Amino acid sequence: MEVFNLESLFDLNVGQKCHILSILVESPLKRRLIDIGLTPEGEVCCVGQSPLGDPKAYLIQGAVIALRKEICQNIIVGAVK
Amino acid sequence: MNKTYTVALAGNPNVGKSTIFNALTGMHQHTGNWTGKTVDSAIGYFKTKTNNYRLVDLPGTYSLMPHSPEETVARDFVINEKPDAVIVVCDATTLCRNLTLVLQTIKVSQRVLVCVNLLDEADKKGIKIDLKLLSEKLGVRVVGTTARNKKSVKNLTLTLDEVLNQPPKTDFDFNTNEEAALLTVKTAEEICSTVVTYKTDNHNERDLKIDKIITSKIFAFPIMLALLCLVFWITISGANYPSDMLFSAFSQLEDWLSTLLLSLNCPEIIHNAIIFGVFRTVSFIVSVMLPPMAIFFPLFTLLEDLGFLPRIAFNLDKPFKNCGACGKQALTMCMGFGCNAAGVTGCRIIDSPRERLLAILTNAFVPCNGRFPTIIAIITMFLISGGISGSFLSAIILTAVITFGIILTFLATKLLSKTVLKGVPSNFILELPPYRRPQILKVIVRSIFDRTLFVLGRSLIVAAPAGLIIFIMSNAKINDITLLSYCADFLDPFARLLGLDGVILIAFILGFPANEIVIPIIIMAYMGTGVLEDGFSLSFMKNLFTQNGWTVKTAISMLIFTLCHWPCSTTVLTIKKETASVKWTLLSILLPTAFGVVLCMIFNFIYNLMF
Repeated sequence: MEVFNLESLFDLNVGQKCHILSILVESPLKRRLIDIGLTPEGEVCCVGQSPLGDPKAYLIQGAVIALRKEICQNIIVGAVK
Repeated sequence: MNKTYTVALAGNPNVGKSTIFNALTGMHQHTGNWTGKTVDSAIGYFKTKTNNYRLVDLPGTYSLMPHSPEETVARDFVINEKPDAVIVVCDATTLCRNLTLVLQTIKVSQRVLVCVNLLDEADKKGIKIDLKLLSEKLGVRVVGTTARNKKSVKNLTLTLDEVLNQPPKTDFDFNTNEEAALLTVKTAEEICSTVVTYKTDNHNERDLKIDKIITSKIFAFPIMLALLCLVFWITISGANYPSDMLFSAFSQLEDWLSTLLLSLNCPEIIHNAIIFGVFRTVSFIVSVMLPPMAIFFPLFTLLEDLGFLPRIAFNLDKPFKNCGACGKQALTMCMGFGCNAAGVTGCRIIDSPRERLLAILTNAFVPCNGRFPTIIAIITMFLISGGISGSFLSAIILTAVITFGIILTFLATKLLSKTVLKGVPSNFILELPPYRRPQILKVIVRSIFDRTLFVLGRSLIVAAPAGLIIFIMSNAKINDITLLSYCADFLDPFARLLGLDGVILIAFILGFPANEIVIPIIIMAYMGTGVLEDGFSLSFMKNLFTQNGWTVKTAISMLIFTLCHWPCSTTVLTIKKETASVKWTLLSILLPTAFGVVLCMIFNFIYNLMF
């Protein structure tokens, strides 16, 4: 397994997987993220990025979801165990 | 006597909910392949052997905790209206996330039936779902469907009958806090881990490969531009022939109608007003407007059903974010190329009210189908010379004009979000749905009925009275000079500042019901015939226009003004309906007009300095 140092979800490159540690945004956005399947301890894979680098697309529970940089930077992640 | 039950159809966006709705009720209703397409809940009726049903199609929602107006509609219906049963439609390929909504719905509804849809697609991706086990775990009935298969839909109605025989649940639990939400998601994950099995790990390998190309740094923008041009090319070249056919059919009809009126001893003035005023304007608009729309909208819907449009929003989100807007505005902008009124309606897909207004107010900056013929005619007449290199050059100029429209959209959006619509960009969460093979025939039928006829209907309401006004203005005379000439003379000094003349400006004003009739009105005014005529060759038009003082400067000013002036009446009516505000409607008229006036003046100032 490739080891990399990550801080936020936005640092993830295409093809990399990570583990969500905590979501540092307030509800209702936090609720929204949870609703679409982005939960603490969940696993997320970055599957694409827009040609201008932002937003990026993530595979979350089988669905591809695009999220903007502002949101991703507030989602703290760790390497997959 | 059969009892009538109210049943709500709920589900995540883009799970084929509307397809199920259509299969059950037979009512045609558009299913979009982008999030939150269905906004007003559609109602349909159907019968089984034992029951009558009133089926309410709710807007797509990820959870019962609403985040957008559409989701509020769904939540309020399930919680407050207490339908006899709720059918929750799930996407088999992303079951886990769908189960969150299922679990929430079970807690607050009397009876729930889970419909796991798109089983065929899941199968293709190597995903297997144990429906029996799922039913046991959830404690409600579960039916698997492939919406394109009639048998599975039949099975759904039979199960629905059985579900309604069960006593309703009476204890409701609606907890909206984060802990409850997390718990629901956890439960959903647990259930999924037991009922879903994957044959392969990378079940959406194909989609990811396509996405890699479509969203790549190198190809993304060329692909989008090329596709846009291709759609225009098909639309414009494909529309010529049916347009001509409609013209000749209408002129035949006009002859009959005229003979009929004369045989009824109709006074000449009324005969002329009806035939040359109302009928001819209406038939003109239908002939010019209907064919391109009937081609453009199916093409657009095809791209939508394929799943291509959300990728455009994804690619263009950053520039829109920089203007304080939302990436989905890219879609409504593209739709505006077909028809600005349809584009304005499409703005409902944007969640934040501020960003929705931005998209509505700036939609008219991209030229719609009604303005393309004008733009192309002017380019061909004044800006290029003939030949193959000419047609290539005209394509380049046309693309430049379109790009200019897109740049203006960004500028206007930025201007608005820095002034009257201040605010920070909202959180953009967009699902990129799997690519799906569109059902071509259905696409054609649906888009013609839903969009083309809708737009046509609205424009005809205004076209008929406008035809009468045009007729009166061009025929009523004071001192042997028509009202049209008076108005044109009155507007002339101002129009000159814009590089136009009074006739062109009055044509734009009278062209309010439909931009298609701007050039015919100009021709009518220059020739002094008093009736709209068609079938002039471009060389004839060029001669006529040149005799009336047109130069390259006039042509470019005209291009700028065609791109930026007040939206057509259909669009204005639609904006009024969508914003429910006179203030915003007025701004939507003033904003592009101000842009047009200022740009034309600047252009003419520079042109006069240079030449």
